[in-house]
Amino acid sequence: MSDRARHKRPALEKPEQPEQPEQSERPRPDSSDVAQGGYRVGRRGLLRLLGLGALSAAPLPVLPEVLRAALDIGDPPRPLKKAARAANGRIRQWTMIIDLRSCDGCQSVGKPPQCTLACIEGHFAPEPMEWIEVFEGELPGGGTQFIPTPCQHCQNPPCVNVCPVAATFSTPEGTVLIDQDRCIGCRICMAACPYDRRFFNWGDAPVPPESLLVDYSAEHQVPVRKGTVMKCDFCPDMARTGTLPYCVQGCPQRAIYYGDLEEDIATNGRVVVSASRFLAENDAYRLKEDLGTGPRVYYIPGHGEAVGRDVFTPERQPTEWPWMERVEGAVTWQR
Amino acid sequence: MAALSEWQRRLEETALAPVRRTGLRYWALVAFLLAVIGWGAYAYFIQLRDGLVVTGMRDRISWGLYIATFVFFIGISHAGTLISAILRVSGARWRTPVTRMAEFITVVALVCGASFVIIDMGRPDRLLFVFVYGRWQSPIIWDVLAITTYLTASITYLFVPMIPDLAMFRDRLAGRTSRWRGWLYRVVAIGWQGKPSQRRLLASAIGVLMILIIPIAVSVHTVVSWVFAMTLRVPWNSALFGAFFVAGAIFSGIAILIIVMAILRRVYHLGEYVTEKHFVYLGYLMAAFAAIMIYANISELLTHGYKLEEGVEFHFRQLFLAEFAPLFWFYLLGGLVAPIVIALLPATRNVRGMVVAAILVTFAMWIERFVIVVTGLRVPLMPYEPADYFPTWIEWSLLAAGLALFALLITIFSKVFPIIAVWEVAEEHESMPVVPETVEPAAPEILEPSGGTS
Repeated sequence: MSDRARHKRPALEKPEQPEQPEQSERPRPDSSDVAQGGYRVGRRGLLRLLGLGALSAAPLPVLPEVLRAALDIGDPPRPLKKAARAANGRIRQWTMIIDLRSCDGCQSVGKPPQCTLACIEGHFAPEPMEWIEVFEGELPGGGTQFIPTPCQHCQNPPCVNVCPVAATFSTPEGTVLIDQDRCIGCRICMAACPYDRRFFNWGDAPVPPESLLVDYSAEHQVPVRKGTVMKCDFCPDMARTGTLPYCVQGCPQRAIYYGDLEEDIATNGRVVVSASRFLAENDAYRLKEDLGTGPRVYYIPGHGEAVGRDVFTPERQPTEWPWMERVEGAVTWQR
Repeated sequence: MAALSEWQRRLEETALAPVRRTGLRYWALVAFLLAVIGWGAYAYFIQLRDGLVVTGMRDRISWGLYIATFVFFIGISHAGTLISAILRVSGARWRTPVTRMAEFITVVALVCGASFVIIDMGRPDRLLFVFVYGRWQSPIIWDVLAITTYLTASITYLFVPMIPDLAMFRDRLAGRTSRWRGWLYRVVAIGWQGKPSQRRLLASAIGVLMILIIPIAVSVHTVVSWVFAMTLRVPWNSALFGAFFVAGAIFSGIAILIIVMAILRRVYHLGEYVTEKHFVYLGYLMAAFAAIMIYANISELLTHGYKLEEGVEFHFRQLFLAEFAPLFWFYLLGGLVAPIVIALLPATRNVRGMVVAAILVTFAMWIERFVIVVTGLRVPLMPYEPADYFPTWIEWSLLAAGLALFALLITIFSKVFPIIAVWEVAEEHESMPVVPETVEPAAPEILEPSGGTS
């Protein structure tokens, strides 16, 4: 096995001779092992060792449970309400459908994207977080389109898969939420998200003082917590009370539909559509579908043509955070 | 026989010397390292107070220097495993004088590496959540499990073969050193008397440990790579990543070992035991791993670059032509090609040449880790302008503090514990053919090529 074993033998055997009684007491196979070449674990010994090793790993899967019980921490109840149910008793499956034919990046309004602004105001989202961010994508034949991008609320969420402490989790309603009281700030979810939809509280975020009075819930992440990750929460708390998310309300062109796949219904606040029919008849797609993440956010292809946007008019107004001047000495940062 | 005992006495004296005499230069070094660590502690205090906003990291490049340094330290921790376990298993006899230093490096590097993960956390106050709420599906938890296992195993693997030497310290220093040292050596020598039964036990314990620690070490760096490879980022999307990281880890581990060896050899006058041969053999080994790294880079880059899928073009441009080109070319030429050339040219095949090569490799491998982390995150996921990342003085200070901690722990270790595996070297010496009258029974083994594994 090793050189040490072999060349140790002379040194080993000579002083061993006087200790004859000990030697003779040893079981036969062991002493033959020594005679053959110093230390040897032996097949049976190795198997026993491996077995013990495997056994010692057995309690690992329940270790967190044991620790929680021992430390009397318990699994704190998620700050969540009961899942919303449709009339047939099934759990609602929240969805968002963004009609890009009606999105002109608020060029016609001459303002920064109003969905982003409404979301920022509703959630007191600190600069530079744009939980729904309006990207400007190039069209294959030239010109651009605007793509409002909230968290995609994947059904196979890469971020949930990698989170070490289950701070980010999937809900029965099909949304992906973050518990800022659990998040340890390792940021592996940010590396894992293929849509760049996660934001970190790098410092003491600039937020207005009134936001600090809000009761925190993972469904409504106010107030912010330093050193944790945040993102679009899909506003299920508002949907449950029959209110549309801020971004849907804020869109001046009514391009964003919100609804329930279980009841097969979606609305932009003005018209109500059958979600499946609306998606099928308008060639809906999802972002990076080939990754297999299964987003809950659908897009209807377009470039603002329904609201008269010219594809060759680029650029939107930069996003603004309305309370920046109200917060004294706030630390802000760039993306 | 008289010559042999004289030789043995000199060896023990050499091993004891660092413990017996402590010069002013040692205290000056410790003070300097403590100052650097103190500066790092100040930087970390600022980071705790203000948040990670004081670093150069932002949402789009959300990992940076800290994670790169973590990977680097875990990488160099493979020095010990490689030298002592792999070379032990493969029966390379020349390794004995350097094993102890390699095992020191392993333990110390693991401690330093793990601390960089904590430094990188947004909420270090919630560190315990990792154990209390840990999910086995997360690569981070794999990391925690692998690194704690490896740390435990490598401390054991450092300690067990050291027992006879600790007993030697206990006996030779009894009553001639401070009280706490006497107490320490009495405790850690755990009653070693050198009895045959004890020796047999020790030999079989080492035999089991050296086999067990190899899969642990390989798994550790594989799992570290999976923190990256389990995400949907184009440059990290590679099945080769685990093997690539393990090869890089051993590669940088050898380099650090060469550097530490050179320093300790000079400071503690180990020239008789740690000879040019050791540097050259390790240099060969490093060159072999440089070749493996070149091979891994070619397979990795060619399979990505040939097809040039979405995002890869951007990645290749930033690596070879634009922002990261100077760093990446230095890594390829200075870190992978140069060590091979240095090891092959007879003119540079000496201690100095190998140390230069090792320094190049150390820099290059840190840079490689940095480039992997930052370029992987920099490839845009959505239509936005690619972000940039420049570490701030806080991050550089903490890197300096981490390296200082590494050096400090090695320094302190070398003052307290035997830096040379005395009993192993002595045994090696006994079985040498130069003194044939003592080793007559071992004669057949000498046919085995002793340094052939290089």
